[in-house]
Amino acid sequence: MRTIIWLAVAPGVFVLENQPDNQFVRVSHSADETRTLASRLAALLTPGDLICLYGELGAGKTTFIQGLASGLGVSDPVTSPSFTLIHEHRGDVLLYHLDLYRLNPEELLEAGIEEALRSDSVVAVEWAERLPRGLRSGALDIEIACVEDRAESRRLSFRASGKHSADVIRDFESTLDADSRT
Amino acid sequence: MLTLGIETSCDETAAAVVRGPGEAGVELLSSVVASQDDLHAHFGGIVPEVASRRHIEMIMPVVGEALQRAQAEWDDLSAIAVTVGPGLIGSLVVGVAAAKGLAIARGLPLVGVHHLEGHIYSAAIDSTLTFPSVVLIASGGHSHLVLMREHGEYEVLGRTLDDAPGEAFDKGARLLGLPYPGGPALAELADSSAGRVDPLPRARLPGSLDFSFSGVKTALARLVKEQELDAEGRARAAAAYQESIALSLAERAIEAAEESGYLPIVAVGGVACNRRLRALLAAKAEEAGLPVIFPDTKLCTDNGAMVAAAGAHKFGHAGADSLDLDCAANLQLRSWPRAEQD
Repeated sequence: MRTIIWLAVAPGVFVLENQPDNQFVRVSHSADETRTLASRLAALLTPGDLICLYGELGAGKTTFIQGLASGLGVSDPVTSPSFTLIHEHRGDVLLYHLDLYRLNPEELLEAGIEEALRSDSVVAVEWAERLPRGLRSGALDIEIACVEDRAESRRLSFRASGKHSADVIRDFESTLDADSRT
Repeated sequence: MLTLGIETSCDETAAAVVRGPGEAGVELLSSVVASQDDLHAHFGGIVPEVASRRHIEMIMPVVGEALQRAQAEWDDLSAIAVTVGPGLIGSLVVGVAAAKGLAIARGLPLVGVHHLEGHIYSAAIDSTLTFPSVVLIASGGHSHLVLMREHGEYEVLGRTLDDAPGEAFDKGARLLGLPYPGGPALAELADSSAGRVDPLPRARLPGSLDFSFSGVKTALARLVKEQELDAEGRARAAAAYQESIALSLAERAIEAAEESGYLPIVAVGGVACNRRLRALLAAKAEEAGLPVIFPDTKLCTDNGAMVAAAGAHKFGHAGADSLDLDCAANLQLRSWPRAEQD
């Protein structure tokens, strides 16, 4: 459905999606910096927000969610749910940490993943490209990529796919800009 | 005394019957794991790897098969033990609901078991745990170092800060182009590499007994990306990767055992099947003069027997749980309440 609408108004959407307030890029120079960045984002999130993470093995998706969790007031350790699929953390709000790494689309449905995409929680999904597009609408997409020749550095691309997440992204960019000025 | 154990915390639908505990530990009478056993006749097809909802279809046939193989009747049972967490909530619910239903229908006591305590008690099957001891739990989803002073008394000394070792094995296999699940395949490739093995750089966390495996995974990812590895190169990379994971686990386990007063080490969980880890840990333990105990490799991966074994011990020490027993996706390992103190 979303694709059809997108095609129908493609020129307009294209311009919209290239607007700087719908997406921006930051480079992090260490895992700690990535965690700090993520914890700043956490402060802007509310229950119902969906964070989709993309990036290769070892890119730092779990690291990002560790920062997100600490920013949401989660005190228990945040580890990778690649095997366990879904981790639930109780902080100031409920955080669902999903990892679709080892699931194919059929298994995804068998595992009942859609039930974890809840409106009463912040939901962060690793390997989100495996999530059917319809379940990703309105998400805040974060792609993490390694930087050539810099073992510790990562390029983080933030991109909004809905009005609410566009608002979040704008606030987030302002927050980071303010941080860098102080 | 016979105990039925039910495990549905993740992928496996499993049930088992044990007798005891007696002087030689808990005796294994039967153990059925849906994905491993030839139960196709019951289900008319192949059992998918991840299928929480399939637990519903499989749970009763698996329980029935476990009783039949143990040549046990319902009246022979003294308790029903079930994993209550941590795990996938949709999967846990199936096992707990089945256990409760059976407990009510058959008038049997119900005992809730933590998944990790299940792994620990895999070492109490046809064997006995000695106390105090340090337990290394290394599996697909978990890695913990636990000090046990007595049955059901747990003190967590260390745990993973990111990936679990089994997961690290599987992701390493993926990086090396091996099919999923790649843990055993990576180990096989690693073992085929001849000559000296230099481990990849591994995380050092001074002053802590925690583990971290995400750094070594990233190191392997860079190695694979930056170098054109031939077959021998891939085998060497696999060996280096396996070595760093096994070394991290073995070194931390020895450190924990020494710091806790030179205690025996018990190594359990799916990764405790890994030959290199077994060899390294055994060698290092011998060097340090510490005994090390491994359960039968068949009992290392998720199964119902370990749950039955833990449940049988827990029932004896702490009594039964009430029928409003609940399961939880996130569940910390907690010591048993002592029956005599209630």
